Amino acid sequence: MLNLSEFPDAPPFEEPWQAQLFALTVALNEAGHLPWPEWAQAFGRRRAQGVDDASDYWPHWAETLSDEVTRRGIAGAEDIAALAMAWTRAAHATPHGFAVTLENDPMR
Amino acid sequence: MPHDHHDNDLDEMTALTRALETVLVEKGLVDPAAIDAIIETYSNDVGPRNGAAVVARAWTEPDFAAWLEQDATAAISSMGFTGRQGEHMRALFNADGVHNLVVCTLCSCYPWTVLGLPPVWYKSPPYRSRSVRDPRGVLEEFGTKLPEDTDIRVWDSTAEMRYLVIPQRPDGTEGWSAEQLAALVNRDSMIGTALADAP
Repeated sequence: MLNLSEFPDAPPFEEPWQAQLFALTVALNEAGHLPWPEWAQAFGRRRAQGVDDASDYWPHWAETLSDEVTRRGIAGAEDIAALAMAWTRAAHATPHGFAVTLENDPMR
Repeated sequence: MPHDHHDNDLDEMTALTRALETVLVEKGLVDPAAIDAIIETYSNDVGPRNGAAVVARAWTEPDFAAWLEQDATAAISSMGFTGRQGEHMRALFNADGVHNLVVCTLCSCYPWTVLGLPPVWYKSPPYRSRSVRDPRGVLEEFGTKLPEDTDIRVWDSTAEMRYLVIPQRPDGTEGWSAEQLAALVNRDSMIGTALADAP
């Protein structure tokens, strides 16, 4: 069993995408498009199956936001998946040392 | 010249996050500037020092402590720490024989405005389940031993209600200023897994 006092005292965000994801969710809430109690319910349903070390916390957050975006009819799951692929292609097509932008996707 | 083996590789989570951002920005639902501002705030500005300032003020100003006990949302927001998700705050005062412990069994609801983002253990399933089932055992795991007859009260946070524990003021701090006292208020003492530091 994990000893709770031995968890690493990590910074709030360990990777840039986590900060981006968090801010995106809060911004969506503050703009009036995602009531927080509904968010917490949806996130909580995923977290109920969480692993002990909480390493799936941010992936669960991303999946929840993705679900909320589709559930609210903002975009289809296939649109989101296609955009994620476009971002991946854009990154591959971007020379090292340059910022990745979606315009760099060769298929766009 | 760029080389093929030096190209950028986006991991799956980064690609998904960027895709979500693209969707929400293109639909005009979020403002990119707002996203940047939120990242800045939560990476640098908001943290347990806010909560420590609230606690130290409660220790030194009886009127403020009374207000905090009666209407924590208003008392805390008067110090410039305002909830973003419309949540209410409640302050839980530890006393001789009473110790408060905060958890979110659902996910990780946490008083961001006064404590920043939660530590990893707070988000973990073991803490979320065991703090309710065996709070004394959890406290001992953190090295916090309380007298046998201390009543440990466990509070389950929600999206609408967040809790801030006001630990007991340590002995030997008579005459200390609020600034000096705030340095003794560690994050965990405001969640309830620890006591305030000894001077």
